[in-house]
Amino acid sequence: MSAGHNNRHSYDGVVAAAPVTVPYERFSRESAHWWIGHALRELGKGAGVTAKEIDGLSVSSFSLFPDTAVGLTQHFGLSPRWLDHVPMGGASGVVALRRAARAVQAGDAEIVACLAGDTNHVNSFRNMLTSFSRFSQDAAYPYGSGGPNGSFALLTRAYMNTYGATRGDFGRLCVAQRENALTFPHALMKKPLSLDQYMDARAIAEPIHLFDCVMPCAGAEGFLVMRESAAQAQNLPYVRILSTIERHNAFPDDPIQLRGGWAMDKDELWAMAGVAPDTIDFLQTYDDYPVISMMQIEDLGFCAKGEAKDFVRSHDLTNGGSFPHNTSGGQLSVGQAGAAGGYLGLVEAIRQLTGEALGKQVKHAKLAAISGFGMINYDRGVCTAAAILASGGVDG
Amino acid sequence: MTLLQKLGDAVISKAVKTIDLTHTLDPDFPVLVLPPEFGQCQPFRIEEVSRYDERGPAWYWRNFSCNEHTGTHFDAPVHWVTGKDLPNSSVDTIDPNGFIRPACVLDFSKEVAADDDFVLTEDHIKAWEKEHGDIPGGHWVLFRSDWSKRSGADYLNLRDDGAHSPGPDAGAIRYLVETRDVIGFGVETIGTDAGQGGHFDPPYPAHTLLHGAGRYGLQCLRNLDQLPPKGAVIVSAPLKIKAGSGSPLRVLALVEDQ
Amino acid sequence: MVDALPPPRKKHPTRRTRVPTLPPMARSRAALFFTAYAARGELRLQHCEECGTVAYPPRDICGNCWSSALHWKPVAPDGVLLAETTLHTSTNIYFRERLPWRIGAVKLKNGPVVVAHIHSDAEEGAGVRIFARTDKSGQGVLFALPAEDTENMADDKALRELTCDPKHRRVLITDVRTRLGQSMARAALDAGAAKVFLGVAETWKPFQDQEALYALANTEIAPLDLADGASVAELASSIGGKVDILINTAQHIRPGSAMSRRDVVTAKEEMEVNFFGPLRLLQALGPAMRARGADGANSAVAWVNCLSVFALSNRPSFGLTSASQAAALSLSQNARSEFAGSGVKVINAFHGPLDDEWSQQLPPPKVAPERFATDVMRALRKGLEEVYFGEIAQDIHERWREDPAVLERELTLTNLMD
Repeated sequence: MSAGHNNRHSYDGVVAAAPVTVPYERFSRESAHWWIGHALRELGKGAGVTAKEIDGLSVSSFSLFPDTAVGLTQHFGLSPRWLDHVPMGGASGVVALRRAARAVQAGDAEIVACLAGDTNHVNSFRNMLTSFSRFSQDAAYPYGSGGPNGSFALLTRAYMNTYGATRGDFGRLCVAQRENALTFPHALMKKPLSLDQYMDARAIAEPIHLFDCVMPCAGAEGFLVMRESAAQAQNLPYVRILSTIERHNAFPDDPIQLRGGWAMDKDELWAMAGVAPDTIDFLQTYDDYPVISMMQIEDLGFCAKGEAKDFVRSHDLTNGGSFPHNTSGGQLSVGQAGAAGGYLGLVEAIRQLTGEALGKQVKHAKLAAISGFGMINYDRGVCTAAAILASGGVDG
Repeated sequence: MTLLQKLGDAVISKAVKTIDLTHTLDPDFPVLVLPPEFGQCQPFRIEEVSRYDERGPAWYWRNFSCNEHTGTHFDAPVHWVTGKDLPNSSVDTIDPNGFIRPACVLDFSKEVAADDDFVLTEDHIKAWEKEHGDIPGGHWVLFRSDWSKRSGADYLNLRDDGAHSPGPDAGAIRYLVETRDVIGFGVETIGTDAGQGGHFDPPYPAHTLLHGAGRYGLQCLRNLDQLPPKGAVIVSAPLKIKAGSGSPLRVLALVEDQ
Repeated sequence: MVDALPPPRKKHPTRRTRVPTLPPMARSRAALFFTAYAARGELRLQHCEECGTVAYPPRDICGNCWSSALHWKPVAPDGVLLAETTLHTSTNIYFRERLPWRIGAVKLKNGPVVVAHIHSDAEEGAGVRIFARTDKSGQGVLFALPAEDTENMADDKALRELTCDPKHRRVLITDVRTRLGQSMARAALDAGAAKVFLGVAETWKPFQDQEALYALANTEIAPLDLADGASVAELASSIGGKVDILINTAQHIRPGSAMSRRDVVTAKEEMEVNFFGPLRLLQALGPAMRARGADGANSAVAWVNCLSVFALSNRPSFGLTSASQAAALSLSQNARSEFAGSGVKVINAFHGPLDDEWSQQLPPPKVAPERFATDVMRALRKGLEEVYFGEIAQDIHERWREDPAVLERELTLTNLMD
């Protein structure tokens, strides 16, 4: 694979801290500005930083229009010297982290607030889909307007046909996440889910059924990126960044998406981190649909391609199990707050690694893999990213 | 009491009845049909301009268009090539004295009922005169055929070889013009000539001879069955169209109640 | 296999007529090329002139070599259905009303993978035939048929959304005096029309083969004079809510050019029939059809203009008829914009000189009205919006597409036609 990792600089001395979540709501009359602003306020309170100290800002949101990160600087009274807008949906969290980390590392910024949030009006989801991307507008949305359900149904079908995965395999993953969610206070799904309930759910876009789909909602997530010394000085628990990868539009010649960009870069991910998949304490995948989580388990190297079905059959994916996965319940159980869904796993990972889990704490959680996936530009997700994070006490 | 005062009183009291000899101007009313390479007679057409709506909130009015020979109409001498050089021969220059004239009504409806192509001849006219007396000079001669009771396709009565409807031959017209000095010839059919009149000698004798002699035509009349053979007065003033060859018009008959 | 579409039941007298809703209409400019070809029934995708890559979705730069020399060229319809799904939910009202709805990913034999609507007989893993057509929004979409025709194939619910099949529909032929109109009436009946309204101007004027035409079953005489606003309004008030397909066969064709004629009388007649006629029809019948664009299996679906191909470029010997046809073509574009949003397609059926009395002196090829009529029905069954029938129409259209200014000179300076 890529020889690039030899040339890459480590993220030594840069950390992520102060994970915040603004509790999700199914529908909201408020704006994305309101939600992201609340996350900023929580960041400031939790970390004890002021507007003057925040000199970097990274924003991800689908529902800010007509604003971008630029508008938020004035709205929020910030005067950052480093500003980023990351429109990468489910890959936003990891991408924001790695960019912010380099900015801090290079001295372009001292403290970067990474924020993601979206509102959910009753018609937000439809409005977002109708103008999601040009290729989608021209060649996907006119076909039934199922949105991601339609596109993911096709690639789920192809995945099942190719690798022999069954609905039951997806069900195991969803059921385990629901169990994790039951202890996570912000999860919108509060009831247990049985495999029978999963199997009996109504069809949405075959083979996708109700519990394969996330529930769009309003919410916001955020964290800070700063120097390790600064975190220590503020007495903030933090996580270190061992490695990251990012890839867009990987494998464009695959007729239908059965793998993502992680497969191109996973060797570099592990080599740079200096750890192996089997040393990971928990995994946060981007779970807009369970098939995507299965792809990430494979493409990040936790098992061979096509064998995620066996992996989920042979592992307990709950927080107390052999392979804790999506420890807050993931978007499938917490809800998908637009671009905040791309932060959910990362923010939860910071909490777990710093021993501050809001739900069930994964025991001895020192090392985590976080993966992102975003933007069905036409027929497949284009953006992929992943990061290996370690709790502050672990030697990288 | 003057003559006109008497007439006025008689009209008011309906001792003199007013009979309408006119068809309604209706887009569906047939017009003369010529082979398509010739110019055509335009049927009556209406376009609404406003009707108490945003196009004119308090008023209703329409544009209409038609040929000079659409519906119940008047033929001026200039209509035909034989009358083209006559003085005062278009509707705007004709002496208006001709617009109010008595009429003789020649009833050949039975003959026409038996023969669509009935041809009115000098002999027929003379036979009528034997019964009703000579046709006085300056009168209209109205040819009653009851053809106006037909409608739709039967009215034009087109067949593969053309229209089939009654009309005069050249002898009849010559007799009326030269011997009886009529002011014009009126019919219930679409033209003063028979449907097959193009095959007569000369072709279209009524048009050719009447207009060549400065006489008038009235076409598409109705209610001739309500007129006496003699004694009716016809009011038939065409629109004053500049150089007009004819005009749709309201044709009225004044008839004494008997 | 699709169940044969049963004749629609009579409308419920108190239920609200379903209001037309639309599939998504937004497209990029590049995608409008796809739509324009789809409207003609052509499956064309962008081919990179420099590297040969076949691109989809429509784009502005080749994804392989970054060239902007992308040309829309035909591609073979053959493909394989890689994966299919049945949607049970949709964010779009149009689709919600029509759920469940099948879509699939199709790998074209000579092209990329495309998302398409799929026929209910198309099977995953099997071969399919792709075609491009405009949907109810007027925008181009792809549809996958099974590789081989299946029973009642045309009655497929999703397919019928793209087509204007006369089957079970009520058709108004605006003028049946001519061989063209009569052929159209017979062809509509042969195509399964539930009823054909026979538009007749000047009913007092008999026409050739009148009795035989009036004797046809499932027809109704409809007095209609396009040159008379009152007549058109009267017809609309009696059958306006029942016309699912309108085929305007009325044409006033006369030889003559501007200076060869001495007056505007004939030109006015041409305009009365060829331009004001369809305008009156649009004003009287258009609104009702627009409101019935989603009215069940026999919804209003098509407005067909029979146009001389010399609407595109003036044929000097019929110069003023050509001018009136050009006006009619422009009117049809206006009509298309007004029907947009209703699901009613405006179909321009162009023909060369018809084999009638006005082309008596013209050597073949001429378009037999009967042939033209069956071609119009085929276009309706396919749901095309623009069709050119016969060698001359196709030839003129090709020349027009190549360069309208050259065609004008071919017609005026080199006697291409006369």
